[in-house]
Amino acid sequence: MDSLLSWFEFMGDRSDDIVRLTFEHARYVFMVALAAIFTAVGVGILVRHRPLAREVALGVAAVFLTIPSLALFVLFIPIVGLGFWPTFIALYMYALLPILRNTVTGLNEVSPAVLESARGMGMSRTQRLWRVEMPLAWPVIIAGVRVSVLMTTGIAAIATLVAGGGLGDFIKNTVNRYPLPTSVESVWTGTVFTILLALAFDAAIAGIRRLTTPAGIR
Amino acid sequence: MTTQEHTPVTDHAPETLIHLDEVSKTYRGTEMPAVDSLTLDIPKGEILVLVGPSGCGKSTTLRLINRMIEPTSGRIIFEGEDVTDVNPDLLRRRIGYVIQQIGLFPHRTIAENIATVPQLLGWDKARIGDRVDELLEMVGMEPHLYRDRYPKELSGGQAQRVGVARALGADPDVLLMDEPFGAIDPITRDRLQNEFLRLQAELRKTIVFVTHDIDEAIKMGDRIAILRAESHIAQLDTPERILAQPADEFVEDFLGGGATLKGLNLRRVREVELYDYPVIRPGVSRDEALRLLQHSDEDHLLLLDDHERPSRWIDRANLDDPSTPLAQAGLTVMVHMEPEDTLRDAVEQMLHSAHGVACVVDSKGAYEGVVRLETIMAEIESMQRLAREHHARLRAQEEREREEQS
Repeated sequence: MDSLLSWFEFMGDRSDDIVRLTFEHARYVFMVALAAIFTAVGVGILVRHRPLAREVALGVAAVFLTIPSLALFVLFIPIVGLGFWPTFIALYMYALLPILRNTVTGLNEVSPAVLESARGMGMSRTQRLWRVEMPLAWPVIIAGVRVSVLMTTGIAAIATLVAGGGLGDFIKNTVNRYPLPTSVESVWTGTVFTILLALAFDAAIAGIRRLTTPAGIR
Repeated sequence: MTTQEHTPVTDHAPETLIHLDEVSKTYRGTEMPAVDSLTLDIPKGEILVLVGPSGCGKSTTLRLINRMIEPTSGRIIFEGEDVTDVNPDLLRRRIGYVIQQIGLFPHRTIAENIATVPQLLGWDKARIGDRVDELLEMVGMEPHLYRDRYPKELSGGQAQRVGVARALGADPDVLLMDEPFGAIDPITRDRLQNEFLRLQAELRKTIVFVTHDIDEAIKMGDRIAILRAESHIAQLDTPERILAQPADEFVEDFLGGGATLKGLNLRRVREVELYDYPVIRPGVSRDEALRLLQHSDEDHLLLLDDHERPSRWIDRANLDDPSTPLAQAGLTVMVHMEPEDTLRDAVEQMLHSAHGVACVVDSKGAYEGVVRLETIMAEIESMQRLAREHHARLRAQEEREREEQS
């Protein structure tokens, strides 16, 4: 009970930091998601009819995901320095695979009969893509975005190690100061707000998914 | 099918809308062509059925016409214009296309689905809206009920109707139909076939229809092209003549047994004279009914309901038993024929009906008459006579030609 009270006290004292670091954390996730959606969906569209290219693209994205996360943040420091960029690049590389895989799956799952009739009515390749394939693949793609965003939110806590900021700062603080007073409160703050942020993103994406999925396939 | 009187099929070739000139298709990686040097005239305003065993190239042939498959060699002439090298998307917007799996767009409403080609052609909104409603009505679906629904809410038969409406979207002259009723249960299929024929009688589109089912071919085709491997034409003629005179053993085998019964598919109920069965209406007195029964050759009277719909078969015993009101006496009339149904359907129904006759009703269900076995027999006789006469004429003509040559 005492520890809970002292945690609340800690959060009261550090509320400015909490808000600042949460926004910083959220900004990473948001920017990374945008960049990853554009790349992964774009690549997914390009490789959808080319089995070899598709396997290569999925393979590369999978390799990104197998690099230990700590290493991925550190690897780019010699090239881009500390702070924002190594964080952004590492998270971006992580975010690609779920979106790419779901884009490819979603586009492949569009019924051949639907595509055949679209072609048979004289829709051009581009019209078929934007008016038929993408709307039908969209729910699957956005499910991939959801996975990506949740993953990125969690991993972004590592940014603190490359001076990238974010809620990881609270966590690192504990490592540096344990067992000094409020060091445990600090890690709990970082963890809980990371989870809350992830839940907020999740709810937002669920809402976007509802709004952007055509009624006929909801 | 539309019989000879319904779509005039003449002996001389009608106007050609599409001409395939020695068209061949060899798929990459295969040596045998799928379609080998096919020359085919597709007459305007008729249903031409391509029928043959699976793998004979009939689907490939159909898809060559709108260039879903590009020919390896040969030319495709559409309305006098060589379209072998034009932009295929623009060509396809002028040709309706219906496939077995229909392929409605699940994310678009019924109205949006039907509007696909008009939209591609850039029609304005009001015109598209009117056209969608017109088409929905044409295929027997209430516009205000179905316009805003999605394909997942439709039954198979309804989806197929929408598929046809969508293909007719921009009022193309030509429809290509690849086994359009193949995936539908037999009862619904039969109804859709009849509806489609009724529609075609009004629209007079040029239709190329692919099926592997010879009975469907006989029913739907003004002309039938029976194809063997590599899309070689084994016989191309009206269904009547193919049934009466198969060109060779292949065609004979493909037609299978029961040519007479199949011939009955070619005659529609509305083409024969209906027999006037003695009928009574609600409110008739038992004495009156009895007199009517005694003066007729039948054992039963047909009771109509307030809307002139056939309701019950009433016999002598029913009339003599005043305890049961007539409206509840006797046997219910179970099956009704419509004028568009074929005589084969009529035979089928007679065999099932208690009295060996099939009741014919109009589209509102009102009684029109009955078909009896005698009606069918007379029709078979006349068909056989016509076929004999046609072949006699052909033989005579051949003989004349031989004499002229010698």
